Parts: sequence; C-alpha cells; structure tokens
Amino acid sequence: MKTNLILAFICLSLSVATAAEPKVGTALPALSALLPGSSLPKTMGKVVLVDFWASWCAPCKASFVTMARLHQKYAARGLVTIGIGVDDEASAYQGFLAKNKVAFTLVHDSQHKAADFFNPPTMPSSYLVDRKGVIRHIHKGFKGAKTEAEYTAEIEALLTE
Amino acid sequence: MILTTAAMAVMLLSSCSQHLVRVKPYQRGNLANPLMDAGRDSLLLAMTQHAYFSREASFGGGGVGGGGCGCN
Repeated sequence: MKTNLILAFICLSLSVATAAEPKVGTALPALSALLPGSSLPKTMGKVVLVDFWASWCAPCKASFVTMARLHQKYAARGLVTIGIGVDDEASAYQGFLAKNKVAFTLVHDSQHKAADFFNPPTMPSSYLVDRKGVIRHIHKGFKGAKTEAEYTAEIEALLTE
Repeated sequence: MILTTAAMAVMLLSSCSQHLVRVKPYQRGNLANPLMDAGRDSLLLAMTQHAYFSREASFGGGGVGGGGCGCN
C-alpha cells in the first residue's frame, strides 16, 4: 500500500510537471527569470513574438528572413520580436548570428532553461502574445510564405485590438 | 493488489517515457550534425546496401529518407 502511494505521488508530480508548459490562453511567463543575464526589451503593452531557433535547424534559418521583415514592418506599431537561440555551443550561436544579421532582439538560452519551460513542440516554434500578455497563437515549424501570411494576419489583428 | 501495482507501474513508466527517453526538439543539435547522416557518402552507402541486401535476400528495406534534426 505504501509503495502504491509513493508511485501515485511520483506519477502525479510528473503529470503536473507536464501541465506547466505555456499554451494558448495562458500568460507569457517572465522571460527575464528564464533568461538570466540577457538584455530583453520591455514587453508591457506590446504584441510579442517569441521564437525558438537553433543554428542547426534549416527552417529556423529560413524563418529569420520573415522575422526580420515582420520586425521591420511592425516594430513601430508595437511588435516586439525576441529570438531565443537554443544552441548548446556559444560558438555555433555566435557564428549563426554573424551570418544572419537581424535587427530584432536575440538571446542565447545556453542552459535550455527557457526551452525546458516552454517545451517547444518542434524547431522552430514561436509564441505570439497579445498586448495583455496572453499567448494567443503558437506556430509549430516554419512553412515559408504560408506561415508568413499567418503571422501577418495574426499580428495585424493583435495590433489593432 | 498485484493489478493495482501493475497499473501504477504502467502509469509511472508512461510518464517517464515522456520525460527521460524522448530527445526533445531543441536537444537535437548533435543529431542534426551532417556527420550523423548515414547516407553522406554515396559510395559507402551503395556498398553497405549491396552487402545488406545480399545477406538479407531482400530489397528496399534500407530505412527511411531524411533524419537529423526532425525540424518542422
């Protein structure tokens, strides 16, 4: 009986740990706590696009062009774009940035603290957050013009809310 | 009693499989390395497949295409 109680407790704690990851409708967690030491822009009252990427991920590289375009088009209207790199090695992260120069904020999640919390379902994954700080859309992967059109429609809608 | 313990064990193992066994998408940096691609050397691949299919007396069972980061 005692063993069963211990097993039940372990099962429950594991299932609770799974349930904690951000979903549509939940609040964006404080990124400063997940990315200690990183220089992050203010997100209060802004539409925020949080994108998880890696240098070894080809679709992430393709999505960078779109992210840069969205940032250029909507930053003045209140879009904040934050790219979170999950490379294990700082040299790979830096090398990728040297080849793909963009104007939006980029941070290195070297310890996978943010990635462990968000648990992105694929690479790349992005979270679109409204002005109230609620996650409204989660994008799994990047499929070129189709995904860019989705981003554009969603960002336009969130900016006008 | 035994059934309850077995049910608990199944639940526990199924929970563990999510947390301990699966490589998460953001942990696939090493898997995405070109060196991990079994088909990077076409000559070596052809020779290996020739030996494999001769030994197994079958053809077309060499696996699936792609591999690596599993992105998108």
